[in-house]
Amino acid sequence: MNEAVRKISENLWGGRDELEVLTFDIAGEMFALEAVSVQEILDLLPETMVPGAKAFVGSVINFRGKVIPLADIRLAFGMEATKPTIDSRIIVIAINIGGEPVLAGIRTDKVHEVTTLLRAAGEPPPSVGMRWRPDFIDCLVKRGAEFIILPNLQAIFSAQHDRSATGASHG
Amino acid sequence: MSFPDPIAVFRTEAAELLEQIEAGLLDLNVNLGDKDQVDAVFRGLHTLKGSGAMFGFDALAAFTHHCETAFDRVRKGEVPATQELVTAVLEAKDHMRALVDTPNGDHEATGEALLANLRAAVDGANSPGAASPAKAAPGRSHFKIRFSLPQNAMANGTNPLPLLDELRELGECKIVANRSAIPSLELLAPTDLYISWEVELLTTQPRSAIDDVFIFVMDEMQLDVVTVEPPLAAGTPGKTETASTEAGPAAAPVAPPAPIAPAPVDAKQKKTAENVRVPAEKLDELMDRVGELVIAQSRLSQLAGGSGDLQLRAVSEDVERLSGELRDTMMVLRMVPVTQLFGRFRRLVHDLAHETGKTIELLTEGETTEVDKSVIERLADPLVHLVRNSCDHGLETPEERRAAGKPEAGHILLSARQQAGEVIITIKDDGRGINKERVRAKAESSGLIAPNANLTDQELYQLIFQPGFSTAQTVTNLSGRGVGMDVVKRTIDALRGTINVTSHVGKGSEISLAIPLTLAIIDGLLVRVGDGRYVIPLSAVEECLELPIEEDMRSRGRSFISLRDSLVPFLRLRDLFRTGTKPDPFQKVVVVSTGSERVGLVVDQIIGDHQTVIKGMSKLHHDVATFSGATILGDGDVALILDVGHLVAEGQQQEAHLRAAG
Repeated sequence: MNEAVRKISENLWGGRDELEVLTFDIAGEMFALEAVSVQEILDLLPETMVPGAKAFVGSVINFRGKVIPLADIRLAFGMEATKPTIDSRIIVIAINIGGEPVLAGIRTDKVHEVTTLLRAAGEPPPSVGMRWRPDFIDCLVKRGAEFIILPNLQAIFSAQHDRSATGASHG
Repeated sequence: MSFPDPIAVFRTEAAELLEQIEAGLLDLNVNLGDKDQVDAVFRGLHTLKGSGAMFGFDALAAFTHHCETAFDRVRKGEVPATQELVTAVLEAKDHMRALVDTPNGDHEATGEALLANLRAAVDGANSPGAASPAKAAPGRSHFKIRFSLPQNAMANGTNPLPLLDELRELGECKIVANRSAIPSLELLAPTDLYISWEVELLTTQPRSAIDDVFIFVMDEMQLDVVTVEPPLAAGTPGKTETASTEAGPAAAPVAPPAPIAPAPVDAKQKKTAENVRVPAEKLDELMDRVGELVIAQSRLSQLAGGSGDLQLRAVSEDVERLSGELRDTMMVLRMVPVTQLFGRFRRLVHDLAHETGKTIELLTEGETTEVDKSVIERLADPLVHLVRNSCDHGLETPEERRAAGKPEAGHILLSARQQAGEVIITIKDDGRGINKERVRAKAESSGLIAPNANLTDQELYQLIFQPGFSTAQTVTNLSGRGVGMDVVKRTIDALRGTINVTSHVGKGSEISLAIPLTLAIIDGLLVRVGDGRYVIPLSAVEECLELPIEEDMRSRGRSFISLRDSLVPFLRLRDLFRTGTKPDPFQKVVVVSTGSERVGLVVDQIIGDHQTVIKGMSKLHHDVATFSGATILGDGDVALILDVGHLVAEGQQQEAHLRAAG
């Protein structure tokens, strides 16, 4: 177990033993993001499709007069699309892409709460038994019988960014 | 919020001063006798020296001092202003810029050389032996001077004592302090100045020398100078001289009544007080807020329009009017006159004339035309290329010009004017014009066009903006490398502008740049394709028409419509954007022009005109070239702005794919 803890991504925990996170559901799984990166939680907004953009960031929304992309994390994890419900929300986060802060919205099925996760309960993503790309996950944190997934948004967005960049040069 | 770095502030100020100095010098070059310009340059140099020393730019201060001294002598009439002097100081000015930018760099050698130049220029001009001003003293005149400084002068850093000393240097002097305004001790503020002075001066210097003493405080002070004709000359000079005043100024504060204090504010000062310097990004922020306000307002008016509440409607209308006015004011704030931009070219042309040995006169027109600041900044480079090109390729040498029966001096006209939401900037020369045959030959040999391709003049001229294209036989220091004109094209494209070239062999060429007044707002045509709404820049739109049903039906195989006898290909945006919805029964065509091509864009519905604030696309969408940005509609939805050039390119690619697949 100790060994496992050591392998948990340091860029998330940064030497801390506790982490304030916002937890939310996407397609039946519980995710969490560090609370400080969350700008705002919005009700669903009208989306504008961007023809030709990658499906992962296939639309934009009007976030207080700014036009920001809406990302669908489900696609990064190969999950089923779910119908919007009364609980669906958009979480607006600030992430660093290529050295610049970028605002983006993430579509979620339900937002739970801000809570504190303990590093001691964390585990690095297992190397087998998971369909998801391990580098998209910073760590898994046990809570009761469940796991909370802490996605590595940097990796997810950068992967999409890079792929789209190479895609553009081919096209 | 932190205070701005003082060094950075100084640099900004120095850059402005240097610009003023340069403008003054160039004006002076045209009219060497212009005393006002001499004064202006002197003042600029003096201020630069002063604030340079204050901010620790000692090398700059020391160097500037020499130029200032030289100009001081010109100002006093000891040395005439000459072209050599102007040129020397112009070069020195560049050195000053270097000293401002890199104060610790190794500039000494250059500085010395420039100063030697300067000295030579001054001495060369100095033949009439005007060296000592005091000597020829036939008529001494007697002045009565009365002056007072504002009460807060000392707090602002003015020290009256050196002024008195300077007066003394002018000649025999009797100074009396007027202490009547000094209040009783408890009312006395130690930093205030309560004293005014009366001076009797016997001097060989002209009246203007007295004004010069006060040159830097002139705007705030009261100064009366009276010339007294005969008497004192013989009588009193020596003895009264020191019965003066020193008791006063430093320690001598005063009282509230201060009848002298608030000197009349003259027009010039008022004007400077009205200007405020604001960082551009603050304006951008404000612009964003205003944009949001406009959007929020239009949602409000939609709501109000839907409700029967009359009061709500009244308020909504007020808000609409106010936010509209606010937006207009905001746009005006960002506008700056092109004077600043054109100013740089005078120097450029001056230097180019020297380098090429041509005589070139630069004329400018419409400098007061105002353009969005960000546009001005981005226009500078392309204009430099174009002006260089005109000087180097366009204009002939004086001999050639004489042979062609033209005046020896070549003319370049730089003009700006506004025309329906665009600013048109024209560079016109009266040189040899563009040789169409040579352009064609060059284009053919480099494979840009097919041999004997049938091109209009305009298409032919546009070729000079292709990368690597140059018809110059020789590469010079200035141009001819074929780098530059394509940069011009690219920059103007990025500004959503167009370039138009006209030229007559032997008579000259004219290049016009038409550029939208602002990058922040765009006039667009709002259209609907499937469920999505899009904005097409109105500047690209030529006309709208309905797609005839028969064309609609049969356009599986070909996508052309005939428009007044010419074939216009069209793209179905529905297919391009894969909308997957049922097409509207009557499809519309928006004919857009992309440079030389005309293309129809088939849409479901044309909604109408839409003036809109442009929002950049997120970095995550940089791969989507079809859209140049986005905008927020009245109902809060986002509409994407089509980049017509890229859209057409993309359409061509898709069709190529289809052909390959089919």
